[in-house]
This record gives sequence, C-alpha cells and structure tokens, in this order.
Amino acid sequence: MYVAVKGGERAIANAHRWLDEVRRGDTDVPEIGVDQIEQQLGLAVDRVMCEGSIHDRRLAALAIKQARGDLIEAIFLLRAYRATLPRFGYTQPIDTGQMAIRRRISATYKDLPGGQVLGPTYDYTHRLLDFSLDTQGAEEETPARSQVERDNGESAADTPRVTDLLGTDSLIEPSSAMNSPNGNGRVSDLAREPLDYPAGRDLRLQRLARGDEGFLLAIGYSTQRGYARTHPFAGEIRHGAVGIEIVPPELGFPVEIGAISVTECQMITQFTGSSKQPPQFTRGYGLTFGHCERKAMSMSMVDRALRADEFGEQRTAPAQDEEFVLAHCDNIQASGFVEHLKLPHYVDFQAELDLVRRMRKVAAALPEAPIEAPTEKKAKTSEAADV
Amino acid sequence: MSDPQQSTEGYNFAYLDEQTKRMIRRALLKAVAVPGYQVPFASREMPMPYGWGTGGIQVTAAVLGPEDTLKVIDQGADDTTNAVSIRAFFARVAGIATTTETAEASIIQTRHRIPEIPLREDQILVYQVPIPEPLRYLEPRETETRRMHALEDYGLMHVKLYEDIAKNGEIATTYAYPVAVADRYMMDPSPIPKFDNPKMNEFPALQLFGAGREQRIYAIPPYTSVVSLDFEDHPFSVQSWDEACAICGAEDAYLDEVILDDEGGRMFVCSDTDYCAARACERDRGAA
Repeated sequence: MYVAVKGGERAIANAHRWLDEVRRGDTDVPEIGVDQIEQQLGLAVDRVMCEGSIHDRRLAALAIKQARGDLIEAIFLLRAYRATLPRFGYTQPIDTGQMAIRRRISATYKDLPGGQVLGPTYDYTHRLLDFSLDTQGAEEETPARSQVERDNGESAADTPRVTDLLGTDSLIEPSSAMNSPNGNGRVSDLAREPLDYPAGRDLRLQRLARGDEGFLLAIGYSTQRGYARTHPFAGEIRHGAVGIEIVPPELGFPVEIGAISVTECQMITQFTGSSKQPPQFTRGYGLTFGHCERKAMSMSMVDRALRADEFGEQRTAPAQDEEFVLAHCDNIQASGFVEHLKLPHYVDFQAELDLVRRMRKVAAALPEAPIEAPTEKKAKTSEAADV
Repeated sequence: MSDPQQSTEGYNFAYLDEQTKRMIRRALLKAVAVPGYQVPFASREMPMPYGWGTGGIQVTAAVLGPEDTLKVIDQGADDTTNAVSIRAFFARVAGIATTTETAEASIIQTRHRIPEIPLREDQILVYQVPIPEPLRYLEPRETETRRMHALEDYGLMHVKLYEDIAKNGEIATTYAYPVAVADRYMMDPSPIPKFDNPKMNEFPALQLFGAGREQRIYAIPPYTSVVSLDFEDHPFSVQSWDEACAICGAEDAYLDEVILDDEGGRMFVCSDTDYCAARACERDRGAA
C-alpha cells in the first residue's frame, strides 16, 4: 500500500529510456545530424553558446540535439560541461575595432567610415511564412548566400567604432570608464569567484553576457516604457569574427590562437551632466558570442540602467536594481530553482498541514467562528467563475 | 539516457577537479571556524539543476574520500527519486560504497530531515540548502542582510516572531525555523521541520551546509550550541502526533501523512525510512 515513493530507481531508468525514444521521434524520419543543427539552426546554436558561456558551435549543436531543442536545457548541458574544463589562462582583451565585419549598422549616423553593412538579417523581411521551405530540397535551388557574401567580401578589418568617433570630441564618456571599478585593474572572473554585491561593472557585464535573453529583453524593454528611462540610441551594432590572442609567458608577446564570432552593441544614452561633469553621452555595452543581436541590445540597455549610481541617478526601477537584475538573470539558476518544486516536499508540507489544522481548531473554538464565512464566499465565487 | 552520463572517463574522483575541491575545502574550514557564518564560495555548475542539491553535492564531493560510505536521503527517505539520483551519481563518479543504514554511513547527505537515530563523532551530515539566509524573506537585499549579520542586528526576525504570536497565538514557522549558533550568528537550519531543530544542539557529528545556487557554505562544528529562537513566555516547541507510525509503531519519530483514498482515509508513517525499517525488522524478529 505504501508504494508512492518506492521504486524510484527503476522509474528513473525507465523515464530516461522513454525520453530517448521520444527524442528520436518517428524512426521513419531521418535522424537530424549535429552538423545540420549547426548549419541550419545557427541562431539557436549562437544563443546556446552565448548563455552556455562556451564558444563551440559543435558542442552547442550537440546539446540542442540532446535537449530536443529545449534551448535552456541545452544551455544547462553546456554549462555543466564547461564547469569541468581546466582553465589554461586568460586571453588579451578582444579588439572589436579589428573585427572582420559581417554586419555593422549605426542608427545615429547615416554614413560613417567603414559604411553600413546589413549582413544576414531578418530586419526588413516581411514575416510571411515561406511555404516553399516546406518541401524538402526546395532551398537547394535558391541562390547560394555564400555567393553573395563572397562577392561583397567580409568587410575589411579596421572599421572604427562609432563611440570612438564621438570620443574624439569628448561628446561621449571615455571607454576607460569601462575598466574594472575595483581600482586594481584586475578583471574579476564570475566563473571562479562568487558573485558579491555591489558587483562592479566587470562582474555585472559577465553576468549579463550569460544572462537569459528573455529576461534581459523584458528588463531592457521596461526602460523604454518609463521604468528608468535612459533615452537610448543604437550607436552601433556589429557582428563578425575577432581574433583571440594570448601571451605565452615564455614568449612575452601576443600570439593569435584563433577567432570567435561575437555581436557587440554600443548603446548611446543621454546624460544631462552634474556639478562635476559636463553634459555628455554615456554608454551601455552589450557583447555576446555568436549572432545574438536582440540579446546584445537588451544587455546594453540594462548595463546602462544599472550604472545609475555612477551618474547620480535615482534608482527607482527594477532595471536599475543590481541585486534584482543580477540575482535573477541566470536562466540555469532560475529554471533549477523553479523546477525544484517538482521534488518532494512532504516533510515541510506535513509541518504546514499540522499548523493549519491546529490554527483552524483554535479558530473554530472562538465564539464567532470567522473561518466559515470566507470559505462559503470563496465557494460561491468559484461557482460564478465556472459559469 | 543511453548514456553520455554513464561514462565518467575524463572526470576526476568525485566529479569536481582538485582545484575546485580545494576552493570548497577552504570555504569549509572558514565555515567551521566561524559557526553559522555564511561563507561565499564560487559554486560550480553541476550536472544536476540548481535547487536540486548542488550545494550539498559540492560539499560532499569536497569531503568525500575513497574509503567513505555515503548515505543520501530526501524527506528522510533513501528511495525518493532525487536521493536515488544523487546516490547513483556518487557511486558512479567516485566509486564509493553507499548504504541506506544511518549507522553504516560515514557521510550522510540530506534534504529536509535529520535522521532519527543520533549520529556519531565520526560521521558528517551534509545539508542541501535552498535559501541560506534566514533573513531573506524579511529583507531581500544581500547587502542589507550581510550588514545585519555583521552587527548582530536581528531585531527584524524577533519582530516577525512576535507578530506571529500576536496574530496567531503562536509562531507560524514550522520548518526552516531560525536558530542561533554558538550565541552569535542567526542561521537557517535548511528546510528541516522544526521537529529536528533540537537535534542540532550539541550534535556529536560535523554538520555542513551547502547552497549551490546562492553560493554559500556554512557549518556547525561538533558539540556547538544551537538554540531555536523563542520568547520566555512562548518557548520553542516541536510537532507531535496523536497517532503512531502505522508500520513500526514509533511514537517519537517525525511522521508523514499518506492519503489512502478519497474519503479522508489516511495513515501516518515514519519519514525516516531506515529508522522505520530497522524498527519493523526488530519487531518482526521479536515476534518470531
């Protein structure tokens, strides 16, 4: 009779076998290849790399396959894997000014050195379902995009950043303000040290970079609707490949060891000035692995909102609240804790049950039992709702 | 699954690399030196979700040796799904012996309960902790609660407990009931029922607490005073039952309610399955 919690071991094994089966789906349909995911679900791969905090398209594609397309589950798989990797050292800071540009747009200037490059974007597409994609093999005939790309060539390196152009007139705060606020010049490492508050901008940006796209989108959006308005302009969004350099101690000079694909967003926002500083534009910064434009933009808006204290702005909105944003933006932590409610809680529930029963007994013993009235009322309301 | 997790090649003993273990051990030493104080540590992503015992798992991994025998319980039971999963994890990545018998284990990882039989000096009890901060629901900000601990400014909690009594005639906290450790730090005992609180006081075994998502470790060294907060005129008390365990007849154990039908039929059984099974076994032997 007391079987509810017995047999857990077998149940788990069976559930996982069933999961395997469901993941594969109908075996008459060919199995999806990791290479297909990597190539054809590229933006999903990018998001998983970014929030999984590891730049490896192949692993991200594998995680997506294993997670049946549940991106948060895939991100979790990557993060758990990442935690077991040894740390060899730190690279030099990447120079996005030297990026091999695939896409580069500015909403603040019509034209600028390096030009505007639309690149592969859904912007300005009409969101009409393309039924021609429904037939397998149809897309083979469409003109190869890579051909287009080859014709135009990836933009030559050395495209100056818009913020640097503004910086020459001191119209925007210098980027040196972005350096670690710890004062010691050392950049903290979120993956190796516990997050402590106040966090400082280095930790904040690391945390946002692996934060959940949906969460940052919503918080960023809230700043546009009056909750900590920062008057943002998309100064520049660029996406492409940047070289990664390390300085081996035995050599003492930087050596390029590879390239990663990133998206960078520099949001330019107003600052009316204070007694100490003249009016000046300020920055919000977003950087992601891969092509995660929505995330990079959201991140830059949230980053700027979180800098409220630096500019003597009153902190009134959730977007400006460092503990609120940073504590809740990680979807692996959030989904873990929300979903842990699936675990048994009978011991605690029993304790509450006992308390409520006892308190009801006490209440019923009172001369006018106040317990009954609300119960009846509630029953009526729910009846009405049913109709 | 079939089975990326089955193969543990390439992973260190007890999963975590030695650097990480060293970092956790440092935090543990500090936690033991300052009983009840929450030590920040750089919690790692584990292959289980946050909120499912990652703090306890990391602590266990850091103190586990090849000679250890591990017991894992959830809600007092060895056979709840998550306890099964964690036990299987360590059996796989550390190849250590596991047991369901409290007396056999050198390390016991637990969620929500303290075993009914007293532990010994040569045992370690590792708690999984969801929210390590006892003041969190009263003050959501970490910067604030840290200050309150530093100044031993616990008025907020006493006011909350007082308001409970004023409103309900008693303190309406039944689990995760706050305690004072070694006359200094206020501590969350993890969501154990307050029934278990008195066991923590002058406990012979080392008690370690791990909160993975919140990146905190704390500890109670053996034989440390642990006092549940109360008032002189409203002393702390624990749950009691009118019934005895339907399986082993225990009257001194924490009981779970099991619903038998949809007509209000129910029975009560020990939440500590090892305690219950041992008693039932003994009784049967006595009867034979």
